[in-house]
Amino acid sequence: MADAPAHAPARGKGEPRVLVRNFTVDTVVAAILFAVGAVVVFEARRLGSGWSSDGPGAGYFPFYIGLILCISALGVIWQSRSKKTRDEDAFVDSEQLPRVLSVLLPAAVYVLAIWLLGLYVASAVYIALFMIILGKYPALKSVLLGVILSAVFFMMFEVWFKVPLYKGLLEPLRFLGY
Amino acid sequence: MEELSSLMQGFAVVLTPMNIGLMFIGIILGVLIGVLPGLGGANGVAILLPLTFTMSPTSAIVMLSCIYWGALFGGAITSILFNIPGEPWSVATTFDGYPMAQKGKAGQALTAAFTSSFVGAFVAVLMITFLAPLVAKFALRFGAPEFFAVYLLTFCSFVGMGKGSPFKILIAMALGFAMAAVGMDTVTGQLRMTFGQTELMRGFDFLIAVIGLFGIGEILLSMEEGLEFQGKAARINPKVVWETWKELPKYWSTSIRSSLVGIWMGITPGGATPASFMSYGLAKKFSKNGSKFGTGELEGVIAPETAAHAAGTSALLPMLALGIPGSPTAAVLLGGLLIWGLQPGPLLFVEQKDFVWGLIASMYLGNLVGLIVVLTTVPLFASILRIPFSIIAPVIVVICAIGAYTVHNAMLDIWYMLGFGIMGYVFKKLDYPLAPLVLALVLGDKAEDSFRQAMLVSQGEVSIMWANPLVGSITTLALLMLFWPLISKALSMLRPPKVDEFAAQRPVD
Repeated sequence: MADAPAHAPARGKGEPRVLVRNFTVDTVVAAILFAVGAVVVFEARRLGSGWSSDGPGAGYFPFYIGLILCISALGVIWQSRSKKTRDEDAFVDSEQLPRVLSVLLPAAVYVLAIWLLGLYVASAVYIALFMIILGKYPALKSVLLGVILSAVFFMMFEVWFKVPLYKGLLEPLRFLGY
Repeated sequence: MEELSSLMQGFAVVLTPMNIGLMFIGIILGVLIGVLPGLGGANGVAILLPLTFTMSPTSAIVMLSCIYWGALFGGAITSILFNIPGEPWSVATTFDGYPMAQKGKAGQALTAAFTSSFVGAFVAVLMITFLAPLVAKFALRFGAPEFFAVYLLTFCSFVGMGKGSPFKILIAMALGFAMAAVGMDTVTGQLRMTFGQTELMRGFDFLIAVIGLFGIGEILLSMEEGLEFQGKAARINPKVVWETWKELPKYWSTSIRSSLVGIWMGITPGGATPASFMSYGLAKKFSKNGSKFGTGELEGVIAPETAAHAAGTSALLPMLALGIPGSPTAAVLLGGLLIWGLQPGPLLFVEQKDFVWGLIASMYLGNLVGLIVVLTTVPLFASILRIPFSIIAPVIVVICAIGAYTVHNAMLDIWYMLGFGIMGYVFKKLDYPLAPLVLALVLGDKAEDSFRQAMLVSQGEVSIMWANPLVGSITTLALLMLFWPLISKALSMLRPPKVDEFAAQRPVD
C-alpha cells in the first residue's frame, strides 16, 4: 500500500470518490480559527487590553492580534461561501484518506508507545511494524532493521552526544544502566 | 576595506580542522535532508539544533549553516532526477531539469544546477560581506518605533508578495503571534492564555512547531500521493562537468540577472520560492531560446537555481544585521543564536565580531565545500531516493520525534509535534502559508516588545510611526505592502494586467 504507484488505475472501481471539497474544509477551519481569535480577544480583555498605570497592559498587543484573526477568518469564510471565489478542488478522496490515515494513526499510537516504553523501544517496534504491515516486508528483515536503527540512535544520543532521550514510564531499558 | 580584514580574521577563526570537519558533516547531512521528503532545511536544522548546545557558538553555526547550504543543493537533485521538488524553491527547476534528465542529459543539468547554485550563493555572500556591516551600523541608531516598523514591513511583505488569499496570510501570521503570546508575559510577568494549565506556561516552542508543520505535515502530504519514485540515473564524471562548465559562461547575463533577483527577494522576506519563479520567467522572456523553455534548456535550470540559492543566502542578511530573519530556516538559525546566548541584531557586529565574521567566512567555504561534495556524491544521494517510502517514512517520523523531544526534554512536546503535523497538513492543503506563521512565532515576543516600547514613548499615539522620515517611510512602505492586493486589483481595473503564466505551478510557501 505504501508503495502504490502514483497514478495507479483504480482497479475496476472507477475514479476515486471525492469525500470532501476544499471550500467545505475552508469554512470549518476558518470557523475554528475565528473561535481561537475570539478566545484571544476575550483573554486579552481580561488581562487588560487598555492602558495600565505603567504603560500598555499585557493584553494590549494580543487584543489586536485576536481582532486580526477574527476579521481574517470571517474573510476566509466569506471567500469559501461565495460561488465566485470558492475552491472546488478535492480536499481528500476515497483513495487518499486511507493512505493518510495509514501513516497518521500509527504515528499517534507510536507517540503513545513512546510515553509508555520510551523512545528507543517504541521506535524499534514502530519501524518494524510499519515495514511489516504497510511495506509487506518479511518479519525478520523488518525487526532486524528496526532494532539496528534504534541501536544506532541509542549509540548516537546516549553514548556519543550524551543527550539522554525519554525512557518511558515503564523504563524497559533500565538494565542498560543509562 | 575594514570588511576585508575582518573577513580574513573570520577565515582564521573558521579554518580549524574541527570546523572544516563539521562543515563536511553539515553539508552531507544537509544534502540528505534536502533529498528526503519531509525533512527540509528548516526542520532539519531544528532537529539538529539540540545537538549543538554543547559546541561553541561558532562551530555550531558553521555546522548548522552548512546544513542549510546542503539542503539548498539537495533540492535540485530530486527535482532533476525524479521530477519531485524536494523543496518549494526547486519547483521551477523541474520545468527544464527533468526534461533534460529524460533526454539523458541529467549530468549536465545537475552540474549546471549545482554550479549556478554556487554562483548565486557566492554573489549573495559577497553582498552580505559589504552590505551587512553597513546595515548594522545604520540600524544602531534605530529606536523601538523603527524596529517595530521593520517588523511590520517584514510581515506586510508576506501579504504584498505572497500568493493566494491575503486573509489566509494574515491568519497564519496572527496565529503565530497568538501562540507566541502564550505563557509568561515578558514585561509584566503575567500569565497569558494559559487558562490555568501549568503545561502551557512554557508556551509553544517554535522548534516543535517547525518540526511538526514541515516534517510530519510533509510526510502526510507525500503519503497521499502514494509515492513511488521513478528516477533517472545520474552519472557525473569529470568530463561532463568540464563540458558543462565550458558552456556556462555563455549564460552570464542570466546568471547576473538571477543573482540580483534572488538577492532582492531574499533580503525582503519574499523568499526563495518566488525568486526562483520570477527569475525563470525573466530568463524565458529575455532568452533567444525562450520558446524552447520547458523542453530541457540549460538556461531554464540555471535561472531558478541561481536565484533560489542567492535568495536563501541573502535571507541571512536581515537576520544578522537586524535580528529579523527572511525565511523559516533563517528563523531557526536565529532561534539557535538566542539559545547560545547571542543577541541577534546590529550589536552583534560590534560585540561578537569573531562570531559574525566566522559565519560569513564559513558561507564562502561552506558553499565551496558543498559544490565539491554534491558533484562527487550525486549517485549516492540519488540511490537514497530508491529506498522504499515504507522504510523512509517511519524513520523520518522517529527522527522528528527525537528532535522534538531533545528541545526541552519534554514528552508533551512530542504530542504537540503530532498536533502541529496535522495542522501543517490541513494548512498546506488549504493554501495557508507556513512561513509567516513560523516567523511570527519566533519574532512574536520581540515584535510585541518593540510595539509596547514605541507606544510607551508616544503614550499610545500611533502617530509615532510617522515621527521622523526614516520610520515614516518604512511604515508607509509596510502599509503599501499590506494593501497591495487591493491596490493591484484597483490597478488591474484601469489596465488589464499581464498574465503570470507560472501562477498555477507556484506553491504557497
